[in-house]
Amino acid sequence: MKKLSARRRHPLAAVVVLLFALAVTGGLYAAFAPASTAKADDSAQSLAIEEGKKLYSTGCATCHGIGGQGTSDGPSLVGVGSAAVDFQVGTGRMPAQQPGAQVPRKKKIYSQAEIDQLAAYIASLGAGPSVPTKDQYSPNGADIAKGGELFRTNCAQCHNATGKGGALSNGKFAPSLEDVDPKHIYEAMQTGPQNMPSFPDTTMSEKNKKDIIAYLDAVDTKKSENPGGLELGGLGPVSEGLFAWIFGLGALVAVAIWVAARTAKAKKS
Amino acid sequence: MSTTEQRRKAPAGERVADWADGRLGIYSLAKANMRKIFPDHWSFMLGEVCLYSFLIIILTGVYLTLFFHPSMEEVVYHGSYVPLQGVRVSEAFNSTMHISFDVRGGLLIRQIHHWAALVFLAGMFVHMMRVFFTGAFRKPREINWLFGFLLFVLGVFTGFTGYSLPDDLLSGTGVRFTEGAILSVPVVGTYISMFLFGGEFPGADIVPRFYSIHILLLPGIMLGLVVAHLILVIYHKHTQFPGPGRTEKNVVGMPLLPVYMAKAGGFFFLVFGVIAAVAALATINPIWDFGPYRPDHVSTGAQPDWYMGFAEGLVRVMPGWEINVAGHTLVLGVFIPIVIFPLVLIAIGIYPFIESWVTGDKREHHLLDRPRNAPTRTAFGAAWIAEYFVLLIGGGNDLWATHFHLSINSITWFVRIAFFVVPVLVFIATKRVCLGLQRRDRDKVLHGRETGIIKRLPHGEFIEVHEPLSQDQLHTLTAHEQPRPLELEPEVDENGVARKAGAGQKLRVKLSRGFYGEGSQIPKPTAEEYQEITSGHGHH
Repeated sequence: MKKLSARRRHPLAAVVVLLFALAVTGGLYAAFAPASTAKADDSAQSLAIEEGKKLYSTGCATCHGIGGQGTSDGPSLVGVGSAAVDFQVGTGRMPAQQPGAQVPRKKKIYSQAEIDQLAAYIASLGAGPSVPTKDQYSPNGADIAKGGELFRTNCAQCHNATGKGGALSNGKFAPSLEDVDPKHIYEAMQTGPQNMPSFPDTTMSEKNKKDIIAYLDAVDTKKSENPGGLELGGLGPVSEGLFAWIFGLGALVAVAIWVAARTAKAKKS
Repeated sequence: MSTTEQRRKAPAGERVADWADGRLGIYSLAKANMRKIFPDHWSFMLGEVCLYSFLIIILTGVYLTLFFHPSMEEVVYHGSYVPLQGVRVSEAFNSTMHISFDVRGGLLIRQIHHWAALVFLAGMFVHMMRVFFTGAFRKPREINWLFGFLLFVLGVFTGFTGYSLPDDLLSGTGVRFTEGAILSVPVVGTYISMFLFGGEFPGADIVPRFYSIHILLLPGIMLGLVVAHLILVIYHKHTQFPGPGRTEKNVVGMPLLPVYMAKAGGFFFLVFGVIAAVAALATINPIWDFGPYRPDHVSTGAQPDWYMGFAEGLVRVMPGWEINVAGHTLVLGVFIPIVIFPLVLIAIGIYPFIESWVTGDKREHHLLDRPRNAPTRTAFGAAWIAEYFVLLIGGGNDLWATHFHLSINSITWFVRIAFFVVPVLVFIATKRVCLGLQRRDRDKVLHGRETGIIKRLPHGEFIEVHEPLSQDQLHTLTAHEQPRPLELEPEVDENGVARKAGAGQKLRVKLSRGFYGEGSQIPKPTAEEYQEITSGHGHH
């Protein structure tokens, strides 16, 4: 100790103390400071976010920006929530094929696991509606008739009374809801994708959403009954008129030609 | 006694006929009419399609009235269609649901009724066009043309009132549309609307009122018109296409009894069969899908039945103009279309009278024109149909947009421009096509039919063998007459007194030149031309 104390007034002593202090501080920090996301935490959620971020950088960042802040080609994704991602990517709408009035539904290109990772990443950017649970969207036990009324009040003006879809302005359209996954219908109501208004729980309760899903499940799936026979697209009088002209009058004209061609022959004498 | 024995010998049919003749005097009537001749041509059966579908509509309609309740009283639906159970609906909707799901055969009858209505209107449209393009509306049949035209117009309105009866979301939207159209009429619009609906829309009166119009008033008038139409057909005798042995003074064909009775009777069942098959296979107006009407509900894709589609198109493509005058709004965006709506129909309805005025032709016509030989008329008819279909595109603009991946705005603009341009283009094109066909007829008469057989002559020349037409074909191709255009009378008459032609007369001469002048018909070959050409070599 004597040696040390003897040199305490050495001109370099202060430098040595400073170095020591820095080393201790740095060491302590290294030991106790919160670990960076990259390294320390290995919980499933953060892994998903990490993977989602990678997927995002490859598939989405071109239009939505590196941090999801949006660019001139795509809107900001901060606060849209995991439900929006699950809907857009799960129905194949995203990634978009080309810009246009509206991005159509197509074959989905990400697996459900990847979609969940993307959703986790986007959800980490800001709070938003999350993917519903099966309890929330399952049509079981819901009120079909009530759902029908709600559908006619809120949805039919764009989607047609039984969800066959319809036109909006300038090439936009309300898509057909036939055989759409109940989860996606729920998410669409929750998040209001593209040209659709959103119906958050404050506007339309969870139960009402379930009723609507149950109504669509009853009238607008492949297994729905058509008591009257061929549905003709469920589009109303335009397709009926076309059918009447072609198969009604068309058949009758064919019959008339057939009848007129068979005339009574004069008796041979 | 011998007299009673003789009586017993008379066959049953004869005795019945004798009984009826003694009381109704039907013998002379039957004698006069049972041998009416009808010529054979499939297009002459289009009217029968209309008549039979009308009968089918009446028969099925009677069945529907047994179960339908024309009332707007509110009830809760408890029928067997699950997705609507517990929904508040009107009694009209409820009873239509009852017919569709709980009455034996109800849905089939409802669908036959509605499909037959669409076919009836389509049949009348095509029948009217057949009469139009062949010139069958000319003297003496102008009144019958008007009867038929009225039947079409009344059919449109009968169809519309029937479509509105179930009080479903689709038809309610149609009635709302009608209310809007009525309200757009300046000054009296609001009064008419309040009168029609018995107060504010929708009120409780419109269904019962439409019901009596639909099942009593309009069909009653139509039935009367149908009878008058048929009586006139028999009185005028049927028209026929030109051909050997056919003149303005005879009708070549088969007698009503027995041949046409059998044919027409059989045809009734064929028509019924086709319509029933369509109704059994395909849904029409699925009100359970649309749900009950509520003024706060609306569905996209809300169109009227096809025959009203052109009116829908007029309103859909019209820019939403409006003028505010002294606190009153004049909704031109709706009012102009509802003014054009009757004009579209009237244009075709009054054409025969315009034609007879222009041509000054007051003679009777029983031989039909081939459409090519009346190019101006044919072109007018084609232009009218084109206009009608352009407006139908406008009426279904949303479905065109979704099914062809187009912008609804572009379609609307297309229809706005096409409304003015397409009829003109079609008129010009059709006229040219007619003239081309006339030229072809002329060539065929003078040079025979092209056989496609190429022959090489000894000196090396190649020729195509033309086969001369038979006498019958020559007659058919040259039987039509080619009127000369009217000419203005000289300005000074034979006594040297100046005479002034009125503006009307000048217009008439001008139009007449358009109908029959140079460039409107190809001179048909004369006998001399034919002689000259055929007397030479075999080919030309």
